[in-house]
Amino acid sequence: MSKFVLDKLQERFGAAILETHSDFGDDTAVVAPKAWKAVCQFLRKDHALDFDLPVDLCGVDYPNRVDAGRMEVVMHLYSISKRHRIRLKARVGDAEMEGAEIDSVTSIWPGMDWLEREVFDMSGVRFRGHPDLRRILMYPEFEGHPLQRTYPADRTQPLIEYRTEEEAGVPLGKLEPFGPDEGMSFGRHGPPRVENGRSEND
Amino acid sequence: MGDLGQATSLTLEGSEQGYATTRVDDLLGWARKYSLFAYPFVTACCGMEFMALTSPRFDLARFGAEAPRFSPRQSDLLWVVGTISQRQGPVLKRIYEQMMEPKWVLAFGTCASSGGFYDNYTTIAGTDKIIPTDVYIPGCPPRPEAVLDGLMLLQDKIASGGRRAGVVKPRFDPAQNASGLVQLRKSAKDPRDLLPAIEKIEQGERKARGLGHGGQT
Amino acid sequence: MEALDIDLEEGELELPAEPMHLNLGPSHPAMHGTVRIVLELSGETIVKADVQVGYLHRGFEKMCERGTWAQVFPYVDRLNYVSPMLNNVGYALAVEKLCGLAVPERCQWYRMALGELARVSDHLTCTGAMAMELGAFTPFLWFVKAREMVWDILEEETGARLTHSFGRIGGMASPPTADFKGLCRASLAQIVHLVEEGEKMLLKNRIFLDRLENVGPISGADAVALGWTGPCLRASGVAYDIRKDHPYLKYDEVDFEVPVGTKGDTLDRFLVRLGEIRQSRRIIEQSLERMADDGPVNCDDPRVVLPAKTDVYTTIEATIQHFKLVMEGAKVPKGEVYSYTEGGNGELGYYLVSDGSGTPYRVRIRPPCFQITGGLSKLIEGRMLSDIVPTFGSLNMIGGECDH
Repeated sequence: MSKFVLDKLQERFGAAILETHSDFGDDTAVVAPKAWKAVCQFLRKDHALDFDLPVDLCGVDYPNRVDAGRMEVVMHLYSISKRHRIRLKARVGDAEMEGAEIDSVTSIWPGMDWLEREVFDMSGVRFRGHPDLRRILMYPEFEGHPLQRTYPADRTQPLIEYRTEEEAGVPLGKLEPFGPDEGMSFGRHGPPRVENGRSEND
Repeated sequence: MGDLGQATSLTLEGSEQGYATTRVDDLLGWARKYSLFAYPFVTACCGMEFMALTSPRFDLARFGAEAPRFSPRQSDLLWVVGTISQRQGPVLKRIYEQMMEPKWVLAFGTCASSGGFYDNYTTIAGTDKIIPTDVYIPGCPPRPEAVLDGLMLLQDKIASGGRRAGVVKPRFDPAQNASGLVQLRKSAKDPRDLLPAIEKIEQGERKARGLGHGGQT
Repeated sequence: MEALDIDLEEGELELPAEPMHLNLGPSHPAMHGTVRIVLELSGETIVKADVQVGYLHRGFEKMCERGTWAQVFPYVDRLNYVSPMLNNVGYALAVEKLCGLAVPERCQWYRMALGELARVSDHLTCTGAMAMELGAFTPFLWFVKAREMVWDILEEETGARLTHSFGRIGGMASPPTADFKGLCRASLAQIVHLVEEGEKMLLKNRIFLDRLENVGPISGADAVALGWTGPCLRASGVAYDIRKDHPYLKYDEVDFEVPVGTKGDTLDRFLVRLGEIRQSRRIIEQSLERMADDGPVNCDDPRVVLPAKTDVYTTIEATIQHFKLVMEGAKVPKGEVYSYTEGGNGELGYYLVSDGSGTPYRVRIRPPCFQITGGLSKLIEGRMLSDIVPTFGSLNMIGGECDH
């Protein structure tokens, strides 16, 4: 991976590029949130860079980070003509996710529309200037943002009431082992016998 | 195949009314079970196995259950195929409520039976949390043969008129037939006594899989 | 009496009308299970379309944070569930990139052969389902018969027809069986024959062509700006295939072509997929020739690969290694990596963040069909209601991947 892209970025934006690295061969630049849109515009329009394919946008939550923003917005871009890639990161939001806002780049790449909606839905980052920022994977009545590490994985918010056992008339928990027919008087009675010790799976 | 002869001649409680009524019930049961109109409520990976089920090799048509009707008003068997997410829950409930009696529900796959391994904020842990389910077919995805097993179980159930839910059981219970397993003796002084037996099994496995070592399970 | 319309302007003859709202609901035969399209129709013409996905959101990324690195394999299988082996291989390559591992050559050929078989199965399903939704049931049955042959091979190798969970960090779950090469060669000939039969049925049919040609076109530049990759992008004329442009495994050592379309309409997307099946056959045959018949399939690194069972039962080091790998997970070095392969629908990327422990910190999948489905509303607005079916079918939206 060439460092050419990172060099151009640093030359153009200077202090707005907070750090860069190329670990594992992936060029990465951490961008100040205020410069997010300007950097994206430059990457798209500059003829030597020409990043035309919006690959991915996601949020990674670092709730224990104190020195910078908690939620890291990670964008991957690719240039089909020049065949280089870059990863851009911006850190937004404080410990309670206040101020987790960043500019939308939907006007630069229309493909970022749904990706930004997904980051909003899953991680809670708001995108200023997005034409239609609403939930995409979760339902509108859902509260909270599931991919934040503070959201418990098994907290459900059901849309409809679950059936109760009285209404169902049968136990809704695990079936107790009743015996060979497991309470079903119809159908097969118990597992078929195996002859001569030969398993049927041989 | 279920014990069909026995199932259809079971007399259920309350049906000692008369010979004619029982025979009509039998006839209705026979007609219903062999002409199920399916509503394939397909969501996920199990849908691929559902497609394979309707294809010539596993042929659902020979059970009379091939005709898919994508309107709940016209179907009597609701195949819930795949994971039901919380967002999909109201949709499933509405489809079930629109179907007319008599209707049955088949939970195809582990996700539809119990939520599968998606124990999280977005999955309903099984269709029976929101609609009454008749047969559960475990498997991720279940082999088409297992699904046919479940369908035949449902057919027996329809014929006998029972409403208790049924689960497709595994064919072979490893705990009941331990001939292929190495019995670890509690009193073995040196585990290396077992080494020859284990190596023989491993050699047999390696031979069956072709030459290759460093295999990991 | 004179004609009523003599003094009226042309526009005044029409009755005022409001657009009709139609819901192509999440449970619909042609919505591939889980997409809801809310349409605003003016007669049969679509004025506005709101494509709502997320009805199969299963929390894949959150579930990955709760297990070990190896426990992610069953979850990735169920993302693009028509080509699960490609997902397995993609994820294994991503973790190996983070660990800095290189698998033995035999494994690379094996992964390529299995991956391409999965791609064949994906394209057969997509084209067959598309034909079925347009009313052509017979080619669907033929393509499913061909798919069964692919699944038979995969069942022989991995034990499962659909969701194999066969990939492992550092290799595969078990080496190829003795019958693998013979089965593949015999089946591929029959599969391509069935594809040809299907093509004969469909591609000369006036009705089929009319429903696909010039329906849902998109230009290459628009497709790239939307983030499209894979067969849908290649049908628009942009020849971006990761196997050629950024080869991984041994794709630079095999000979194959990349079918590219011209107009970017539904017919081109259909034909590109059928062309890719034939190219996959070439790749598989070359991989089988180059794959050695013996030799290790897993790399030799004890930090990620489980030891042999005999050693686990007899030596204490192997027991500890086994215990640590299963209970705590392979300790992947700290860092983040984005690794991408050519999935059935395009660039399948995994962005992994590791904190040095056995549990992933973040696993992000870059689902190719998410952005492809994002472009659907653009393709159908202005067209007729019945154009949705072939257009949507040609995009190959797989719910598990789109909604992850």
